[in-house]
Amino acid sequence: MRPFTYERAASARDAAAKAAATPGARFIAGGTNLLDLMKLEIETPTHLIDVNGLGMDKIEPIDGGGLRIGALVRNTDLAADARVRKSYGVLTRALVAGASGQLRNKATTAGNLLQRTRCPYFYDVNMPCNKRKPGSGCAAIGGFSRQLAVIGTSDACIATHPSDMAVAMRVLDASVETIRPDGTTRAIPIADFHLLPGSTPQKETALDKGEMIISVALPKPRGGTHIYRKVRDRASYAFALVSVAAVINRDGTGAVALGGMAHKPWRVEEADALLPKGSKAVAERLLAGATPREDNAFKLTLAQRTIASVIAEAKA
Amino acid sequence: MTEGCGAISRRDVLKTSAAGAAIAGSLGPGGMAMAQAGANAPPHMPVRMEVNGKPVSLDLDTRTTLLDALREHLKFTGTKKGCDHGQCGACTVIVNGRRINSCLTLAVMHEGDTVTTIEGLGTPDNLHPMQAAFVAHDGYQCGYCTPGQICSAVSVLEEIRAGIPSHVTQDIGKAPAMTTTEMRERMSGNICRCGAYSNIAEAMADVAGVKAEGVKA
Amino acid sequence: MKFDTPAGTNPIDRMRVVGQPTARIDGPLKVSGKAPYAYEHHDVPGKPAYGYVVGAAIAKGAIRSIDTAQAERAPGVITVVTHRNAGKLGKGRMNTANLLGGPRVEHYHQAIAVVVAETFEQARAAAAMIDVDYARDGGTFDLAAAKTGAAEQGGENAPTAVGDFEGAFASAPVKLDATYTTPDQSHSMMEPHATIAQWDGDGVTVWTSNQMVAWGKKELAATLQIAPEKVRLVSPYIGGGFGGKLFLRSDVVMASLASRAAKRPVKVALQRPLIPNNTTHRPATIQRIRVGCSRDGKITAIGHESWSGNLPDGDLETATMQTKLLYAGPNRMTAMRLAVLDLPEGNAMRAPGEAPGLMALEIAMDEMAEKLGMDPVKFRVINDTQVDPEKPDRPFSQRNLVRCLEDGAKRFGWSRRKAPGQTRDGRWLVGMGVAAAFRNNLNQKSAARVRLNASGQVTVETDMTDIGTGSYTIIAQTAAEMLGVPLAKVSVKLGDSAFPAAAGSGGQWGANSSTAGVYAACVKLREQVVQSLGFGQGEATFENGTVRVGNRSADLAQAAKAGELIAEDAMEYGDLAKKFQQSTFGGHFVEVGVDRYTGEVRVRRMLAVCAAGRILNPTSARSQVIGAMTMGVGGALMEELAVDKRFGFFVNHDLAGYEVPVHMDIPHQEVVFLDEADDKVSPMKAKGVGELGLCGVGAAVANAIYNATGVRIRDYPITLDKHLDKLGDVA
Repeated sequence: MRPFTYERAASARDAAAKAAATPGARFIAGGTNLLDLMKLEIETPTHLIDVNGLGMDKIEPIDGGGLRIGALVRNTDLAADARVRKSYGVLTRALVAGASGQLRNKATTAGNLLQRTRCPYFYDVNMPCNKRKPGSGCAAIGGFSRQLAVIGTSDACIATHPSDMAVAMRVLDASVETIRPDGTTRAIPIADFHLLPGSTPQKETALDKGEMIISVALPKPRGGTHIYRKVRDRASYAFALVSVAAVINRDGTGAVALGGMAHKPWRVEEADALLPKGSKAVAERLLAGATPREDNAFKLTLAQRTIASVIAEAKA
Repeated sequence: MTEGCGAISRRDVLKTSAAGAAIAGSLGPGGMAMAQAGANAPPHMPVRMEVNGKPVSLDLDTRTTLLDALREHLKFTGTKKGCDHGQCGACTVIVNGRRINSCLTLAVMHEGDTVTTIEGLGTPDNLHPMQAAFVAHDGYQCGYCTPGQICSAVSVLEEIRAGIPSHVTQDIGKAPAMTTTEMRERMSGNICRCGAYSNIAEAMADVAGVKAEGVKA
Repeated sequence: MKFDTPAGTNPIDRMRVVGQPTARIDGPLKVSGKAPYAYEHHDVPGKPAYGYVVGAAIAKGAIRSIDTAQAERAPGVITVVTHRNAGKLGKGRMNTANLLGGPRVEHYHQAIAVVVAETFEQARAAAAMIDVDYARDGGTFDLAAAKTGAAEQGGENAPTAVGDFEGAFASAPVKLDATYTTPDQSHSMMEPHATIAQWDGDGVTVWTSNQMVAWGKKELAATLQIAPEKVRLVSPYIGGGFGGKLFLRSDVVMASLASRAAKRPVKVALQRPLIPNNTTHRPATIQRIRVGCSRDGKITAIGHESWSGNLPDGDLETATMQTKLLYAGPNRMTAMRLAVLDLPEGNAMRAPGEAPGLMALEIAMDEMAEKLGMDPVKFRVINDTQVDPEKPDRPFSQRNLVRCLEDGAKRFGWSRRKAPGQTRDGRWLVGMGVAAAFRNNLNQKSAARVRLNASGQVTVETDMTDIGTGSYTIIAQTAAEMLGVPLAKVSVKLGDSAFPAAAGSGGQWGANSSTAGVYAACVKLREQVVQSLGFGQGEATFENGTVRVGNRSADLAQAAKAGELIAEDAMEYGDLAKKFQQSTFGGHFVEVGVDRYTGEVRVRRMLAVCAAGRILNPTSARSQVIGAMTMGVGGALMEELAVDKRFGFFVNHDLAGYEVPVHMDIPHQEVVFLDEADDKVSPMKAKGVGELGLCGVGAAVANAIYNATGVRIRDYPITLDKHLDKLGDVA
């Protein structure tokens, strides 16, 4: 870990301005992913701006329906919130399927969205990785790729986004609200928040330099049966091989998104419309154009079967 | 840098006060605290916490994790370093009433926090009920993950009582039940390679006053 | 003392303290965080500096240049040790690769430097500044591809043949010929390999985490090229080992070199992401098993071949060993072949040989039972043997495998097991599986010193280790039983090479061997006590703190009134292990659920019935077995070091990537010990259970999965991707 200076931010706006003006600056909130990566010198900030003191830890109703989740709301608190449990159950389910109790107590809403891939080649600084060192190549392609992406990949990167929470937010059509260094704010639809790797896998989100997440807005409740089904080798405390977030209405319509498949939560709106036709139609549309490797081709079958499981559960 | 102090001496308390006075003005929100001594020395910062009921004051390299502050600076080596990357749970401590991985948090981020480590739960002669239950149920073998397991176990029972849902909670609209399945899921961030899980679940059930599932009467 | 005839009645047989389910005497220290592990010895004089190990970035090749200048100039750095300035090093007899690499690099993450600084943060940052230029060589990293070039070994690992295997197999009316694979596995003990080293003149003391104190002392001396008496090795608490800490590892060598260079104590813990490639692992195997049977289920031919790989001069994984002894059958063969691979060093992990061997053999037995249309418990029972099948005049000292299986079947509700794919519980396909457990009993010479002071306090000193096995407690129980005092009157000091050399913790020999050594020392102390009390000849009894000979009696403490009594002795073994095959047995029963949509496997119930001689402490022995069962679930369902065959390393080299079971994976576990005492093994009449508990578990899980799904998987771990497309269509 490289030496760094540390400050506690005074306000969101100051934090954003400071982050833009200070070379090597990064925000730190829960720290559960950033510090992990700093120890390995995958992240090498020279200045940390601690945003934990900025409030932003409330969950508040939005006029006209919906919830605004502060960027610093801890995963545990978000999962436990009575309004979330009642009307956005898929989000609670996704959160409690992720990480461990200890990590959820520390990890924040914004940090969860911003966590980086768990690709083992990204994590090993001796290996080429275009995400870690642009232009160095991708060791994962042709290597051990069982956990890695099968769709939306590029010749530069086959990493997945590891979040469970973000997959639920994708199916809920959340938007990510930010503040920029100049003090202006904007809302980024979750669909556009995470990027596909393309030729610049080091760029993972739509955030500009210094731009800080201040909250996540959930639209008014959409009803339906909320299910988050996470498939993994061990029963807990493991990243998803495949996960399915779904909200399914009594008539069989609904929305579905996949985790563990791509560089971002994977949802194709046209596939939602196929839900009444069953898992195969949905999976076929969702996974059209997939580019699996030998190690992870099973994810295509697994995704279809997991969607089938979710549809069956919704019916039951 | 404060010398290692399992028990805080009068001298340390005095030093704490002096340091506290010196830095009080610079630590409020918005204050930039970068005690950058000399060009070559890594940035240091003061931090004050309450650890196991006693105030401590440290001046730390900003890179120091809470785990290393506890182990290497305060000599509270009951808290273990198993992986240093949030993958095992051996470093679990209770901060402001909540369990966290002390390896994935910087000590300087804990200004004013209350930290409880295994040493703060009980001593060999005066064990916490959960510690005693681990002995009675042989809820350990090598003992290395044990302090983290116990800090988690104490917190888990409180989390269930507080109604926090888990992955195995059948109906998230209701409060979770005090069952060993709930305990097992919530304890899953604490790896025990010796494989004492079955006994740990029974120790926790004992403390919670419920019957462990699967155990024949 | 030499044990060369079967044990008669002795004070241990009273079992007033021995054999009781006593809570661990070290428990209160462990649960309160007060037990000091290697990195935590605050009593080391002087302020230790921090060492941080740099691992090689290539699997095979050479260091062309290593630039440490920037690291040496970094804040707080005291020194950097590499092959250029480490001085001449030897290599321990039990190490395959050098513990400090360079200029040759023998495997990925081989230690090539240690950076020593005032603080951990400074050492870690400076370690990243070391710039190494490598000349990378090509290497062999694929066992399946290297299999054809694999060579047979001699000595104990030579092929075996009895009768006419090929002929009998060819003519058998029912036969199986199947190939199984087991992957490379990591010990993944929770405490990283760690050491504090301090030099005093030309001698070094290391506070470390090592299962075998006497070996470690000798091997460190050989590596540092100093005399063994110049090494003191202290290892009182060990945060798990499982074979990964049997031998000297780079932490202790790097700490010693760093301390010598820095001229002060240095502490080193291997970083977790370094451990899987830097240290040892259980090597992968490819196993071919052939079984031929008569129609009534008698084995007429059994053959087991295994291929594994290792670095040049490394050992093979002895996966066929149990097949020589487990089942009857007149025509038999085993063969093991070793391929040279440039992956990290393969070495012992809990039940080396039997663990992967039974993972294969006990699936084969399940497959064969099905071919015969016979219950798999019955198939094993009718092929039981009470003698060494290769040497029929050599009986087992005690063998209750059949009872383990039959008792287990009854307790587990085995009769409710249905044909494959026939049991459903909602979305779960449910199945039951069984496997035999088998692991040899090995005895090792073991010494101890026992002291008695004037207040009647007994102190045992031995360099035996407690890696979670319960050594502290069973040693105290042994001394208490032998001297007729309550447990509270005994204190036990372990893990210091200044104490008499014990068996150490390995090969499940620790419990029986180390307590037998304490028994020997106690016998000697009893003689001294009687002599000190002037009681003369006659049989002495030691009970309730009182010593009696004939009608004379006295308080035990009285014997030490004039000065502490000190007795030291070792237990050594004659040829009883040659005359009698000494083994431990068990039956593992597992019920699993397989999600019919996703193929996920979850264990629902587990039972082990074990026959392992006298159980010295049913509480700690049970813990050994449930822990081993847990590791067996890991091996069956998730554990695999993934090999990158291009770069030559284990890719998933941390505890996030290499998954071991967590709480949620493990249900309540039942363990039953048969009431036994084996008089051929030692005066303790005990054998080991720590490895037995693992042997066969993987296959029991695999067989349960087959019973649930009807899909046979022969490649471990049985992850969902291996059967997903055979579980039937789901819409």
